[in-house]
Order: sequence, then structure tokens, then C-alpha cells
Amino acid sequence: MTLIDLANPTRFLALTARLLPWLVVATGILLAVGLYQSATAPDDYQQGATVKIMFIHVPNAWLSMFVWAVMSLAALGTLVWRHPLADVAAKAAAPIGAAFTFLALVTGSLWGRPMWGTYWEWDARLTSVLILFLMYLGLIALWRAVEDPSRAARAAAVLTLVGALNLPIIKFSVDWWNTLHQPASVMRMGGPTLDRAFLIPLLVMALAFSLLFVTLHLAAMRNEILRRRVRAMQMLQAQAGKPRA
Amino acid sequence: MSLGPYTTFIVASYLAVLIVVVLLIAWIAIDYRRQKQRLSDLESKGLVRRSGRK
Repeated sequence: MTLIDLANPTRFLALTARLLPWLVVATGILLAVGLYQSATAPDDYQQGATVKIMFIHVPNAWLSMFVWAVMSLAALGTLVWRHPLADVAAKAAAPIGAAFTFLALVTGSLWGRPMWGTYWEWDARLTSVLILFLMYLGLIALWRAVEDPSRAARAAAVLTLVGALNLPIIKFSVDWWNTLHQPASVMRMGGPTLDRAFLIPLLVMALAFSLLFVTLHLAAMRNEILRRRVRAMQMLQAQAGKPRA
Repeated sequence: MSLGPYTTFIVASYLAVLIVVVLLIAWIAIDYRRQKQRLSDLESKGLVRRSGRK
């Protein structure tokens, strides 16, 4: 099966049905390993046991941006190539991305209170992530407000691409402005500064959450395809019920 | 495993993730059942999608 074959929703559904059970098992195993490693990781010499929050905060924060990047690619697919699954992919990803962003904000806040002495600070990193969360909610509202999926798709695609401008702002906010948030310690020039005792559990958890996203995204795309089939059939039903001139 | 004086913050963080992920999984699973049900209701009325016609 080539990539172009997946443009056919029926073939995509068949592939999803085959892949999902394997993805569920792989995600479960990786999450179990990651959680075990997180639980047994040593305390940080400065932060103590609160370093354990990092193992869930950082994967959620990475995914909050990654999901928007996936939606931006899908938006290009909608606007440029008019790929039939592009809008399905973007629409299905939005609530999942919103959930990851919400968790990044909540876990960051719960980590910030004991380390910074405050749950919230209107600094560049925290504010730009809050804006990302609000953009997710805005996009979800847009898709719900417009009944015709093809009309909603183009508007949502444009909004997604505009919103992508926020991604480099989030990434480099800790370098461009003076913030409470620490600078990058994994994805940086010169390699990670984290000790292996923290880096390995963090990478395992990041991989586990990434697989969780792929699993949930495929399942949500499957739902969206079914929803559009239901809508098409309801329209046929309505047309069949109309009197003919 | 001792979490020291920050137990509340650590446990609350992991609980928040657990609750949101479980809600997300449940929402997707319920939505799947609902769409399948609606599709089979429509098909039982004899409706066939244009692309599904032979």
C-alpha cells in the first residue's frame, strides 16, 4: 500500500483497524516502563523529588507544539493539495493537542509553585503556551460552528497556519526574553545537559506519550470519517424525502 | 519511594495527567460507538452512500 492509497478513507479505515491494536499494546508497554523509570529515578540535588513532574510535564509540553505542527502540515494538505484526509487529520488532532497543552500548563503550574514560589507568572513562555491553548479552543469552536465540513476546513486551515507563528515564539521565548522558565536542556545545540538518570526516563516517557498521540489520533480520525459518512447519508435521506418539481 | 515535602504537587500532577488521558480515551471510544450506531441505523433504513453503491 502506497501513501497515495491512504487518500482513500476506506483503505485508511482498514489500515487503522489493523494498526490500532498493536499501537495500544506498544503504548501501554512504553508507558509502564516510563512510569517505572520515573518512579525509581533519583531526586535532583536542587529540586528534590519534584523532578518527577518533569517526566510528565515535558512530554506534554513537546506534544502541545508537535500536534500543532502536525495540524499545520494537514492545513497545507487542505489548502494546497486538497487531500481528502487532511482536514480529517487536523480536526481529529485539535482536541488531543488541547488536552496535552492543558496538561503542560497544569503540571507546569504544579511544578512552579514549590520551585518558583508561584503557580503562574505572566512571562513569555507561560503566556505563549496559554495562547496556544486558547488557539486550540478557538479552532475546535470554529469546526463546531460551521456545519459544512468543507467550508470549515479552509477557514480552520488558514487559522492553523497563522497560529503556527506562535510555535517558534514558544520555543525561543526562554532565549529571547528573561523568564522564570528554565532554558532548553534536551533539544539544544551542544546536546542535552540532563544527567542520564533523568534523560532516559524522560525520553522513554516522551516516546510513550508520542505513541499515545498517534494511537488517539488514528482512532479520532476513524471517528471523524464515520461522522462524515453519517452526515452524507443523512443528507441523502433528506434529499430523498423532498418532493420533486 | 519517598516524595518528601512536595508529595501533594507530584501526586496532583500525575493524577491530572491520568484523569485527562482517561477522559480523552473514553470520549474517543464513546464517540466511535455512537458513530457506528448511527451508521448502522441509517443502513438499516436502506440508505447507501454514493461511494458505497455497487
